[in-house]
Amino acid sequence: MENKILKTEGLSAFYNENEAVQNVSVSFPKNEITAIMGPSGCGKTTFLRCLNRMHELTDGASIDGKILLNGENLNELEPIKVRRQIGMVFQHPNPFPTMSIFNNVIAGYKLNGIDKGEEEFRWIVEKSLKEAGLWEEVKNDLHKKGASLSGGQKQRLCIARALAINPEIILMDEPTSALDPVATKHIEELIGNLTKNVTVILVTHNMSQAGRVSDYAMFMYLGEMMETGNTDKMFTNPKKEITEKFLTGKIG
Amino acid sequence: MKNIEKRKLKNSVFKYSTVAIAILALLPLFFIIFYVFRKGLPVINWEFLTSVPKSIGESGGGILNAMVGTLMLVIIASAIAVPIGIFAGVLISEHPDNIISKMLNLSVEILQGIPSIVIGLIGYIWIVRQMGHFSALSGGITLSIMMLPMIIKHTKETLELIPDTLKESAYALGIPYYNTLLKVILPSGLSGIFTGILLGLARIAGETAPLLFTAFGNSYLNVDILKPVAALPLLIYNYATSPYQEWHKISWGASCILVIFVLTLNIISRLVIKKWKIKY
Repeated sequence: MENKILKTEGLSAFYNENEAVQNVSVSFPKNEITAIMGPSGCGKTTFLRCLNRMHELTDGASIDGKILLNGENLNELEPIKVRRQIGMVFQHPNPFPTMSIFNNVIAGYKLNGIDKGEEEFRWIVEKSLKEAGLWEEVKNDLHKKGASLSGGQKQRLCIARALAINPEIILMDEPTSALDPVATKHIEELIGNLTKNVTVILVTHNMSQAGRVSDYAMFMYLGEMMETGNTDKMFTNPKKEITEKFLTGKIG
Repeated sequence: MKNIEKRKLKNSVFKYSTVAIAILALLPLFFIIFYVFRKGLPVINWEFLTSVPKSIGESGGGILNAMVGTLMLVIIASAIAVPIGIFAGVLISEHPDNIISKMLNLSVEILQGIPSIVIGLIGYIWIVRQMGHFSALSGGITLSIMMLPMIIKHTKETLELIPDTLKESAYALGIPYYNTLLKVILPSGLSGIFTGILLGLARIAGETAPLLFTAFGNSYLNVDILKPVAALPLLIYNYATSPYQEWHKISWGASCILVIFVLTLNIISRLVIKKWKIKY
């Protein structure tokens, strides 16, 4: 396959002795959407959290193996810099409650001590909110608190916040599992439009979502990467029996 | 059917007895406030608030020295206890398994239970004796020890309620730890921390025992933190135990002011909790 932005080589992740992710070697194509599927507890979130070095923040957590971002070993880079290049959107929408919508979007600059000036910030806020499909709804309320929005709007605000610092990759950890179907649809649509500038890695336990939005799919089971490949191919003609069982709803 | 009637009766008996007992519990509070206001309010006038006590036998005089003294003590105590308390609370909530946190947790509980007179004695031995004289500073330091547990506890409890995801989303933006703490976590917990400070203030404002051996009291107006100062509770104590009718009146007036001060702090803290409540 063509251009790979992120690669793992023999990646294992541990909570103390417990091996949650076992020896995963995969690569993620640039500017495409890759979905990681699997039943609850299969290690997909842990795997995702390794990719921007969030995993190591948990007490007793450690990893083994290599992660390469554009060929550079992620574990030799500063975690803070890694996280500016690889953004993350969480399961529960979590805008900063004390900040306005405007300040939430540019939090990645302001709290990192980067001052771009009022005008530039305004431009970034507008651009990011437009990309996140939220601009039309909030353009007159930019100075209201982020927490005053609805669940789906909050999640789009979080996506805008992640986009604002121009990451190369955005990790999404079941971004719609706390949302209603309408908000979910909205977010799925916007994920589809993001890939002009960013690579999206989406964790989901909802396989129809993976089918709808992703270009590539990966299936994890009990900490192991069972199958990876083109989404359409995997959904119509899975290589392994276990993948087929998952896709047909027999496990998970 | 009979059974249901019986249950209904039991229900209503239970309901009304809880109401009755609750009212019983409220009575002393209302009587205290009522009595203090009835005795104290007539004494309070402009002169009472703006002059210092007169000598025995002269009528008039006020409690300016005590109000200024209490203000100084409260400010000194907060200046010490607020930063230390907040940092300690942050440490406990951020690293609960740390050995220092565990010790802090335990000491907070113990410190809260130590009688204030004992803390006063400690203040006397550690500070007054070292300095060689009574002072507002020693009183303030002693009161700050009493204020600490309140602030640490409230800070810790507030921060523990803040969801971890908030911190994670800050990390995910590459925001360093100190800014995550200062600009994301602490502002989210501001109302709780502020409430802790106000309740701590309300607590120490009425303390008499620790001041007996530290701030000592002063019949004159003093704003030098290295000299003894008067304080409302000290003045109340001294004047109420004196044999003079005039002084008893002043004591009631001072009590009234103190009660108003403490009540106001409590009410403000309620409002703060309501108004600054953070939605996640």
